[in-house]
Amino acid sequence: MEALEIARWQFGITTVYHFLMVPLTIGLGLLVATMQTLWFRTGREHYLRMTKFWGKLFLINFIMGVATGLVQEFQFGLAWSEYSRFVGDVFGAPLAMEALLAFFVESTFLGLWIFGWKQLPRLIHLCCLWAAVLASVFSAYFIIVANSWMQHPVGAELVDGRARMVDAWAVFTNNTALVAFTHTIFGALAVAGAFLLGIGWYHLWKRRADGIDRTTTSGKVIAGGGKAIRGRTDHRVWLRSAQIGAVVALISFAGTALTGDLQAKLMFEQQPMKMAAAEAACHDGTGFSILSVGDLSADNRDSQNCDDIVAVIEIPGMLSFMANGTFDTEIKGVNTLVPEYQEKYGTTIPDDPVYGERAGTQVDYVPVMEVTYWGFRIMIGFGALAAFAAFVALWFLRKGTVPRSRWVMRLAVLGILAPFGANSAGWIFTEMGRQPFVVAPNPDPSGIDGVFMFTAAAVSPGVSVGELIFSLVALTVVYAVLLVVEVRLLVRYVRGGVASAMPELTEGSKNDGDDDGVSRGKDDGDVLAFAY
Amino acid sequence: MTDLLPTIWFILIGVLWTGYLFLEGFDLGVGMLMKLFARNDTQRRVLLNTVGPVWDGNEVWLVTAVGATFAAFPLWYASLLSALYLPLVMVLLGLIFRAVGFEYRGKARSGASRNRWDWAIALGSFTAAFGIGAALALTTTGLPLNANGDRVGGPWAWFNGYAMLGGAAVVLFCVIHATGFLVLKTGGPIRERALALFVRLLPAAVLPLLVWAAVVQARGDDAWTLAMLAVAAAAAVASWLTARRGCDGVSFAAMGLFLTAAMACVFGSAYPVVLPSTLDEAFNLTVGNASSSPYTLGLMSVIAAFGVPLVLAYQGWTYWVFRKRVTEKSIPPAHSVSAL
Ligand code: HDD
Ligand code: HEM
Ligand code: HEM
Repeated sequence: MEALEIARWQFGITTVYHFLMVPLTIGLGLLVATMQTLWFRTGREHYLRMTKFWGKLFLINFIMGVATGLVQEFQFGLAWSEYSRFVGDVFGAPLAMEALLAFFVESTFLGLWIFGWKQLPRLIHLCCLWAAVLASVFSAYFIIVANSWMQHPVGAELVDGRARMVDAWAVFTNNTALVAFTHTIFGALAVAGAFLLGIGWYHLWKRRADGIDRTTTSGKVIAGGGKAIRGRTDHRVWLRSAQIGAVVALISFAGTALTGDLQAKLMFEQQPMKMAAAEAACHDGTGFSILSVGDLSADNRDSQNCDDIVAVIEIPGMLSFMANGTFDTEIKGVNTLVPEYQEKYGTTIPDDPVYGERAGTQVDYVPVMEVTYWGFRIMIGFGALAAFAAFVALWFLRKGTVPRSRWVMRLAVLGILAPFGANSAGWIFTEMGRQPFVVAPNPDPSGIDGVFMFTAAAVSPGVSVGELIFSLVALTVVYAVLLVVEVRLLVRYVRGGVASAMPELTEGSKNDGDDDGVSRGKDDGDVLAFAY
Repeated sequence: MTDLLPTIWFILIGVLWTGYLFLEGFDLGVGMLMKLFARNDTQRRVLLNTVGPVWDGNEVWLVTAVGATFAAFPLWYASLLSALYLPLVMVLLGLIFRAVGFEYRGKARSGASRNRWDWAIALGSFTAAFGIGAALALTTTGLPLNANGDRVGGPWAWFNGYAMLGGAAVVLFCVIHATGFLVLKTGGPIRERALALFVRLLPAAVLPLLVWAAVVQARGDDAWTLAMLAVAAAAAVASWLTARRGCDGVSFAAMGLFLTAAMACVFGSAYPVVLPSTLDEAFNLTVGNASSSPYTLGLMSVIAAFGVPLVLAYQGWTYWVFRKRVTEKSIPPAHSVSAL
């Protein structure tokens, strides 16, 4: 393999991996902060237990986000030095701001929250969590500004062969960034919603399986267990969690659909080839394909094979609607777009030493259609699946518990994976659909001339294949091991339930586990409330 | 005059690195001491909990230093990171293991796996400190770069005595700084042992950093950097003397002054070169030719003027909130989910 291919695999693997942790951090963080706010306002015990339990899972996941995020910060310089030189003037700014304005707040206030349960007054302690969580939302904004500039460069001009920022306002209010940001936040909430629903469902199921909860003949639940740890409060913890999860999952799917529609409209203007490839649409048309057959594979993308692709199921007019809001505007297909791209950006890779052996070879403007076509559908499909499941779950939960079926419970737990899949598919589609560019050209008539870059030119020229292989293998292996560790740990804490996050419930200090708030009794002097 | 903004940013990046070494210095050092110094599990937990609430915030100084370099000197960022590919990948792996170890060690079920995490923390901290030291030394002493700023000579072209010197300087600084931090932050037998170690180790531990500063200083001929070197040496002596008298706070502050003065000497002597090429001086990256446009630097200056004081304020507050000493008595009994 060549350096370029390895570097791309490495970037793809590490980033998709980072983005397994990120949406859970953002989404679950927002929900845990809401839970603690509810506890603060009402003083009800089950909200405290929810805060502690979900907060524990949040932290286990958070740390992996930090560890993998560090790699991201270095990667542009390590493997993509030509890219860094080209875009640094514009792209470095949001990255540095993310660190200075978001990561500092996030890490510092999260430390205060974790260790400050006793040291800080309740309101301040709550504010620390909100500060950390909002900072993580803020960090998403900055990084998406950086990413969106690669999708749709604005506010810059070309000086001495490098992009140079001339209008920061344009960069930070890039319409691509604003919609992608909201879309991503909704995607993150979808992940957290399914997470709450699946785990809450499991515990409600387990309470029935263990004979703690029973149902009346009319199907209404009688929560058993009295004031024990797994008593009535525990039932309320899981019921509320599952319900909140389901509602959040539904709302966030609506949110992703609405913002996704806006993204699609922008994409038609800004990266028409990506949209055509997402549809595997060779010819101009108006229909949205639900299923296309034919050979989408990379080797057969020249135009005569493109003609083999047949849309089997198609919604007439839908594609046109996604692009324009009307049903009859013809949308350009690949066959129309390729000559247009060739005319604007050249038919061959420029004769520049940075391109090495690629200089002078034909540019392939069509992204890998299998990936874009299926990536787009998996994203939407998994999201819709999760939303449908959430809808059904809400209906089941109305009586206060879940069916006895082990299989339905397994489905609910498995459903946690769907929004993760949707998120990964969305990014893979976005990023690979941008190829062969790493910085896609801005096609607006008022767009900027010359600010675009082929991925082939972006990789570090001095770095050897051996180094790249070493880091690719090392990072992939370490990430795989850590994924196993993290999932096992999460499973263990999920199984342990609330007690696993609240040792105080099992040790000594008897709390009567009902609704009369928590006695924040006098602590014995020096012992830390929380310790590693 | 045209170099004013780049110069300010060069100073700011020097400050970020100094802040990083000062803050993460002690938590990297505490990580290394997990295996060498702590004798049993409770002591390890004491060590861990002295840095527990703050280590992640400290690490962001690194993220910010690197991010600020990308924004203000993209060519420096691109050349340095790609030239030091292997050592920096090792640094990243070290930081990953360390971070995960901090969070997961207490959740381990068996003594064996807790022991594995302890090693992950200790070796991860060591690797990270060594690699960062090597990178900082090399950016002041030079790398074989061509006209485009790319490394020539293969994956190991960076490997030389200066890299080892810088690595040793930062590792030993972290260890001694962490020892002083433990004197300040713990009580009881751990504190006694930390103090004894501090006094015994200090003279050797500050040496490589002084040597590195002297090497860079000797390449220029500024008087003020020479003065900084002297201040650094004096601060180290002061730290040693005050520690013996039991003035923990003063000794710790003097160690901070030692680092600050040494870094001022290193960065001040290197200026205006940010990354020398050992092949041809014409290929040197300098604050002038490696920086971003005045527009970007201006924008970033506004952000920094607002952001940096804010960070200092709330991080300072965190240290104040968690100012209590941690002793073996403050550690609650281990709580493992498996008990359920
Ligand atoms: C749970 C996650 C999730 C769900 C349910 C959806 N998406 Fe999405 N989508 C993402 C998660 C995501 C993402 C991972 O967050 C992406 C990748 C890049 C981005 O900005 O968001 C994305 C990208 C993305 C893009 C590419 C933007 C670009 O390349 O510029 C489009 C057009 C859509 N989405 C459209 C939709 C539509 C019409 C959906 C309809 C229901 C939808 N998405 C559901
Ligand atoms: C976190 C979500 C993201 C995911 C999941 C993601 C995913 C990917 C994937 C799968 C690739 C490989 C594409 C290919 O090989 O064709 C890639 C490439 C790349 N992405 Fe992203 N990306 C994300 C965010 C970002 C962001 C925020 C940036 C910039 C700030 C970025 C910059 C790049 C670069 C520089 C490449 C390498 C060049 C290339 O192969 O296209 N990505 N990304
Ligand atoms: C490829 C580009 C990316 C870079 C350079 C990057 C950088 C980082 C870094 C350095 C951290 C660790 C911060 C710490 O030490 O606390 C981190 C964590 C985080 N990142 Fe990324 N990131 C990237 C992609 C993304 C994307 C696309 C998003 C959001 C949509 C995102 C959101 C977050 C959030 C919310 C955190 C904090 C939560 C956590 O630490 O898990 N990142 N990122």
